Amino acid sequence: MRQELGEVLRAYGGKNERVVVLDADVSSSTMTKLFQEAYPDRFFNVGIAEAGMVDTAVGLALGGWIPFVSAFAAMLCYRAFEQIRTCVAYNRVPVKLLAGYAGVSDYKDGPTHHSVFDLAAMRAMPNMTVVTAADGGEMKELIPAVAEYDGPVYLRVSRADIPYTDMSGEPIAIGKGRIIENGADITLIAHGVPLYRTLQAREILAERRVDARVVEMHTLKPLDAELVRRCARETRGVVTVEEHSVIGGLYGAVAETLIGETAVPVVPVGIRDSFTCTGPSPESLWDAVGLAPQAIADAGLAALEKAKRRS
Amino acid sequence: MPHYTSDELRDLEEKARSLRITCLEMIHRRGAGHPGGSLSAAEIVAALYFRKLRVDPKRPEDPDRDRFVLSKGHASALLYAALAERGFFPREDLEAWGELDCHLQGHPERLKTPGVDMTTGVLGHGVNIGAGLAMAGRLDGRSYRTYVLLGDGECQGGIVWEGAMTAAKYRLDRLTVIVDYNDVQLDGFVHEIMPLEPFVRKWEAFGFAVLEIDGHNMRQVLEALDEVENIHDRPAAIMAHTVKGKGVSFMESRSVWHGKAPDAAELELALKELAKGAGGGRE
Repeated sequence: MRQELGEVLRAYGGKNERVVVLDADVSSSTMTKLFQEAYPDRFFNVGIAEAGMVDTAVGLALGGWIPFVSAFAAMLCYRAFEQIRTCVAYNRVPVKLLAGYAGVSDYKDGPTHHSVFDLAAMRAMPNMTVVTAADGGEMKELIPAVAEYDGPVYLRVSRADIPYTDMSGEPIAIGKGRIIENGADITLIAHGVPLYRTLQAREILAERRVDARVVEMHTLKPLDAELVRRCARETRGVVTVEEHSVIGGLYGAVAETLIGETAVPVVPVGIRDSFTCTGPSPESLWDAVGLAPQAIADAGLAALEKAKRRS
Repeated sequence: MPHYTSDELRDLEEKARSLRITCLEMIHRRGAGHPGGSLSAAEIVAALYFRKLRVDPKRPEDPDRDRFVLSKGHASALLYAALAERGFFPREDLEAWGELDCHLQGHPERLKTPGVDMTTGVLGHGVNIGAGLAMAGRLDGRSYRTYVLLGDGECQGGIVWEGAMTAAKYRLDRLTVIVDYNDVQLDGFVHEIMPLEPFVRKWEAFGFAVLEIDGHNMRQVLEALDEVENIHDRPAAIMAHTVKGKGVSFMESRSVWHGKAPDAAELELALKELAKGAGGGRE
C-alpha cells in the first residue's frame, strides 16, 4: 500500500501546507518521493540517520509544522526509540511517525527488516497514539486523520498490496473500531493488514455454521474499549488477529480490557514470541507465521470450544 | 560589531557570578544536581539571556523569539536560574526545584516550565532539534536564531554528528552551536574517556564555521555571538574553552563535581570564593 501512501500524502500536502515530510534515504521505497516531487521545499532527505531524523522533525514541530517522518518501521521504532520517547512522546509534539515496510511485509529482506514487536513498544509509551492501516483504501482515510490528530502518532504502513475491504459504512475516527461484518457467535478483531484474511476466515467459519463478527480495529491505542466490551457481551468468544507478536499488541490490549470483567475467552492469532524468517512473498510469510485464514478460523473454533467448557 | 563598554562587561560578569551562586544554592538545597557543568557555562548563558536572546518573559511562546536548546540538560540549574532572573517565573520557584508539585523538573521540561524551548536531559539531541527549529523558521520566513548549548562529552555520541550533517546540508546559518568544552565528564577527563580532538577540525569538516574562544571571557563570548550573525552560508559552532566547576577552586576540573551536591560547609566555602569575584576572567 506504499503507492497509496505516496499518493495520499502528496494529495494531502496540497491541502495542508503545514505538512512537511522527512525520509531516511528510503523515499523511493516508501514512496514519499511523490511528496518530494510535488513539494520539494517541504521535503527533507536526511540520509540513513533515523534517530537524528526524528529529532530534526521534533524541531520542525516545535516551529509549528506537522512533520511526517518516514522510514522502515524496524529502523524507525527500534533505532530511534529513545528519540521517540524523549523528544516526541514526553515532549508531546505532533510528529507523525510513518513506519513503513511494517510487520513482515519486507519479506525479501528478512527478519532484520521485520517489525514484530514495535506495536508493543509504542503502545506502552505515554502520549503515543498507535494506528495501522488495513489496506490502501483505509490509508487514504487515515493520512488526513493522523495529520489533524492532536499529538504524536505511530502509523504502521505495510509494503504489501492488500485487497481492499469496503469500509464505507462508517467514516474513520482515530480511537474507534469499525464492525465490518456482523455476527452472533464469536468476534474476530483484526488490527491492520490481516483484516482481509480475517474476512476469509469468517467464510471458513460460516461453512462450519459459525457466525463470526469481524471488527476492524485500526487504532491500537487508544483502544476502542467500549466496542471490545460490547463484542464480549454480544458474542461467546473473541479472537485477536495481528501481524505482530502476541505479546503486547492487540491481544495484550484486548485481554487487558476484558480480564476481570468477563469470562469470555480471548484467543490470539499472531507471531509466537519468535524472530521471523525470509520468504518468497508476504502471503507465504503470513501463512508461515500463523496468519493463514485457516489458522484464524481455527482460533475462532478454539474460542467457541473454550466458551462451551466454561459454561 | 557592537563595542562593549567595561560597564556592560562588568554587569554581565556580575550576572554570571550571580548565576553561579544561585546554582550552587539550588543544588545544595535540593541535595542533587550538576554543579560542574553549570558553573562552566555561566558566562555563555549570561551572555545569551541578558544580552543576546530576543525573548520576552511576557510572551514565552512568541513564534518570533530566539530559541535556546540546552542540549546538556543536566545543567538545568543554570537555565532555571537564568529564566527566573529574566522574569519567566518567580525566583521563589527555584526553592521548590525537584519537589513533587514544582514545575521545575530534574532536567528541563518544555511543557512544564515557561521559557524552556525544548525538553532535554538525555544527551545528544540538541543539534538535530536546533536544525529542525532553524528549518522551521526558514520555511516560515521568520528571522529568529537558534542557539544550542552542547556539552563536550555528549559529542561522543553519533547522533550529534547526524545533526551536524543535516545543519550543514541545509546551510542553516541561523543555527549556532556552542560547545562548553570543559574536558571533564562524569567518569573523568574527556580526553581520556573518549578523545574528541581534533575537535575544531571535526566541526569544520562537518561544514560548520568555527570560532574558538575562552568561554569565561565575557568579551570573547559576546563578540563570538555577534560574529556568527555575519555568517550567512553555513551554521556556526563556537568552541568555548571552559573550566568545569569554574569559580570554585575545589570543584574546578574535578569530575567528582559533575553530579554531586555540595554540603553546607562546601557551599559556604564555595560562596566565599564566588563573593571574592573569582570566576569571570577579564582580559
